[in-house]
Amino acid sequence: MQIYLPIAEMPVSVLLILAMGAAVGFISGLFGIGGGFLMTPLLIFLGIPPAVAVATQSAQIVASSTTSALGALRRRALDLKLGSMLIAGGLIGSGLGVWFFAAARRAGQLDLVIVVSYVTLFTVVGSLMMRESIREFWVKRRGGAARPRRRGGDHAPYLGWPLRMRFPRSKLYASVIPILGFALFVGFAGALLGIGGGFIMVPALLYIFRVPTGVVVGTSQFQIVCTTLITLVLHAVANQAVDIVLAILLIVGGVFGAQFGARAGRNLRAEVFRFLLAILLLAVGLRFALELMIRPNEPFSITTEEVRA
Amino acid sequence: MMRIAARLWICLLALAPVPVLGESLVTSLSSSRVLINSNYTGTSIAVFGAIERDAQTISRATPYNVVITVRGPRQYIVVREKERLGPLWLNREQQKFPGAPSYLAVLTSEPVREITSEQLRMRQKIGLQAIIHAADFTNDRSGADRPFRDALFRLKSREGLYREDERGVAFLTPNIFRASIPLPATAPPGDYDVEVTLLADTVILARTLTHFEMVKTGFEQQVGVAARDWSWLYGAMTALLALFFGWTASMIFRRD
Repeated sequence: MQIYLPIAEMPVSVLLILAMGAAVGFISGLFGIGGGFLMTPLLIFLGIPPAVAVATQSAQIVASSTTSALGALRRRALDLKLGSMLIAGGLIGSGLGVWFFAAARRAGQLDLVIVVSYVTLFTVVGSLMMRESIREFWVKRRGGAARPRRRGGDHAPYLGWPLRMRFPRSKLYASVIPILGFALFVGFAGALLGIGGGFIMVPALLYIFRVPTGVVVGTSQFQIVCTTLITLVLHAVANQAVDIVLAILLIVGGVFGAQFGARAGRNLRAEVFRFLLAILLLAVGLRFALELMIRPNEPFSITTEEVRA
Repeated sequence: MMRIAARLWICLLALAPVPVLGESLVTSLSSSRVLINSNYTGTSIAVFGAIERDAQTISRATPYNVVITVRGPRQYIVVREKERLGPLWLNREQQKFPGAPSYLAVLTSEPVREITSEQLRMRQKIGLQAIIHAADFTNDRSGADRPFRDALFRLKSREGLYREDERGVAFLTPNIFRASIPLPATAPPGDYDVEVTLLADTVILARTLTHFEMVKTGFEQQVGVAARDWSWLYGAMTALLALFFGWTASMIFRRD
């Protein structure tokens, strides 16, 4: 069954889009990430104009993250206080990211900046997580304790900087300076790459701030809802590239997928969870690296800058 | 003022080639409007043509040939080429096509090479290659622009948006012909020009220009207008809708 998309100005298969929404929603719910870095390339592959793909998939991220965040709130697995701090830092970072985006485009090297950032971020974050989870696995097999339980006062020095704040739900008593600084970095990368930044947020909350796994996903989803809502409206106003029909199809597929993903995530052991996320990130990083290094079949590409009526 | 305009008009009339002994061409499209609704998956438009001769028209030894050129709405297209830089493949050179048609179809009754000379083809832009390689299609960079023109043609052909059919025009009688313009679903809405050229013995005898438009209707049109004219409201609506769907799903899947 085909349906015509009024903004993308092309027909698509309804079932295919629903299935894609469900698949990405599943991964999104499982790992507490937005999934934008998976959905955008898939939509572009279907022939949907890149601007429409980037803008519209943010609507799906809002919907599936809302579901996850509400679910987490009910399970008391969402740290509103920490989430608000992350949003505050993230907004400043987004502003800087948008500015840098324009500067790189003026210099004519935007494509390069984006692909190199993708490769670096995904490979670094993915490898770090992979190393950590393999080590954990190893220690466990030899019968040792998986990870020494965190005791009071046992934390990295930067968490003890001034302006300390208590985040009871995350079992965290830390300075807001590294938290805000980190959120700023995520917002910056997110605006630059057109992603929510969940895949940086989740591992960082896990490893740098040592927030319990259960709380990490909910808090990350909460932050994604707020950031992506703003992105969605800005895309609609600035580029008029949000296709409401495509958005509804992706959302309907996505919310169901996200539910099953979130449920599967709850039954997953923490180290398996991290291992799978590491594999996902490394795979995406590798894909972008290959794109950069392998001789392309078709060296030419076309972009439509504007349509003249 | 009026007098100057009138003189200018007379001059223009004098300059225009007046066919003295020529045939005249009458063409018509099966529809002048393609309506796009939610189950639109592409369509086709038929072109009918009749060649009219009067008593003075000389009889011709060779049969008539017809070339139909269809141009979709103009786009500003940039073609980029990836080149090797160390271990990486990066976009290096680019070529701009400021007024390239989004859709371009050339339907002919014979292969264009057999219809007329290369010189005339290039000058009158007859055939897809002549249009792609026309001097005003993109800026000339003394040969460096050629691979980019070819790439544009190749990539657009792959999407079915640039096409040439050398058996696209069928003569029903020696003086009446018909053709079918295939419009894939990805051909964008907008104004389309249909240029029909009649040739015989490598010479252009007559030419007509007709138009059709492709428009979104009903819901599709309203969405397009809302997204353009009330973009804040449209964005906010989409955002609320997304939040609502997310909330609904969390209620449905609630486990108490």
